[in-house]
Amino acid sequence: MTAELINWILGGLSIGSALMVVFSKHPIRSVLYLIVTFFLVSGLYIMMNAQFLAIVNIIVYAGAIMVLFLFVLMLLNLNKATEPKTPLLVMLSSVGAAGIFVLVLIAALKDSFIQKSGQVAGNLNAGMVENLGELLFKKYIVPFEISSILFIASMVGAVLLAKREKPIID
Amino acid sequence: MDTALLIEKLVLVVLLFLVSLGIAAYSTYFERKLAAWIQDRVGPDRAGPFGILQPIADGVKMFMKEDFTPKNADRWLFILGPGIAMFTALITSSIVPWGTDLYLFGRTIVLQVADFNIGILFVFGTISIGVYGIMIGGWASNNKYSLYGAIRASSQMISYELAMGISAITIIMMSGSLGLTDIVKSQHGMNWNIFYQPVCFLVFFICALAETNRAPFDLPECESELIGGYHTEYSSMKLGLFLFAEYVSMFVSAAIISILFFGGYNFPGMDHFSGNTLALLSVLVFFAKIFFFIFVIMWIRWTIPRFRFDQLMHLGWKVLIPIAIINLMLTGIVIAFHEGWFLN
Repeated sequence: MTAELINWILGGLSIGSALMVVFSKHPIRSVLYLIVTFFLVSGLYIMMNAQFLAIVNIIVYAGAIMVLFLFVLMLLNLNKATEPKTPLLVMLSSVGAAGIFVLVLIAALKDSFIQKSGQVAGNLNAGMVENLGELLFKKYIVPFEISSILFIASMVGAVLLAKREKPIID
Repeated sequence: MDTALLIEKLVLVVLLFLVSLGIAAYSTYFERKLAAWIQDRVGPDRAGPFGILQPIADGVKMFMKEDFTPKNADRWLFILGPGIAMFTALITSSIVPWGTDLYLFGRTIVLQVADFNIGILFVFGTISIGVYGIMIGGWASNNKYSLYGAIRASSQMISYELAMGISAITIIMMSGSLGLTDIVKSQHGMNWNIFYQPVCFLVFFICALAETNRAPFDLPECESELIGGYHTEYSSMKLGLFLFAEYVSMFVSAAIISILFFGGYNFPGMDHFSGNTLALLSVLVFFAKIFFFIFVIMWIRWTIPRFRFDQLMHLGWKVLIPIAIINLMLTGIVIAFHEGWFLN
């Protein structure tokens, strides 16, 4: 019972802070709420016995990517005067895109409601490091390696973009 | 719920909290004395014999000062910044195994608050969260020097986290576990990782200096360029928390370094002892190692001048990361050879 209660609290709080990301007036506040959301989602991972995923979520998203977000926002120093005007068409099309995304999510999650709430599907220890490693390096080795190639490609691209600037500055 | 276990852990947590704060407080005194010794001065000697009451006097002074908030500062985030810095510095000590098991009142007491099977990743998690204290504090001050300090801190942290992570992976490969307890147990007696991984230790140690914002990597608070860096606008105990958090994280990083490379609580000839004697001795040995590393970190601060920012980035990205990756690959090859991959 306690576990289910904690699940409900964590779920409610994460939805609340996710909404605050959207409704916050200030971009820095939005990013801070997003960090809080990542923490709460990590809490949900821990409730599902996936400690590795939880801590990696914190290290990678809350600890590295969000720091870069904050970094850029602090440098931009956004305020009312410098806020870019968004055309109506762009706003409408972004609402449409978000709607389609929600549709896809609902379609994907439709079957998960058949599971009784509070019950973890499949192996209880599936989230432990050893089991996750076995799964990643045996069953899903090809997608895993392909995604790492994707990462290297994007890293090379970033380095290339940064390099190109140099002769102009000097 | 096991009530005895709850009380046991609670006592451990409170004890750890007090010990961390006490050691951090006396680190400030020790650092000033050490600096005085290196620079041929006397150092603090007025408060009490040899000035040993100086940290208490400093603490009282911090509380008595006017707590000033700049007019254009973001009020809540201005308070949140030093809080996060202190919180993340303190919480890391919860996964450190302080000694072998203690036997009291017919119970086996594990001298560790929480034994995660992902211990070392938890350390990296708290380190990567720790930068928010500086970033939020620096931004909320609404001062350009504070902002520069915050931006320097975040870019420095992200750069050095990579090399630190890669050198930690090398140690994880050596011990075959992410848990700090297993890493310590795999270095039983004198079988310490430093003898197998000296290069890895060097990389990790340099990164630990950078991650705790210690000299020669204290660019976020570089007073000759940025007034006071991220805590320019802070006063009273909020400033005190920022300065104190640095000393707490120095203590914790000394503990992590001794766990990963110097066997934690292990010492040569530990098999001759058992039970509570072994537990007490192991705690003493562990603290001796921690104090040694705190001393080394201070020694470096008063010996080596501060880096320039481009030198810092050059060292992090072009020197430490390649060394760490090459070391990781060599270790992998040796381990694979040891396991007999290349034999048939």
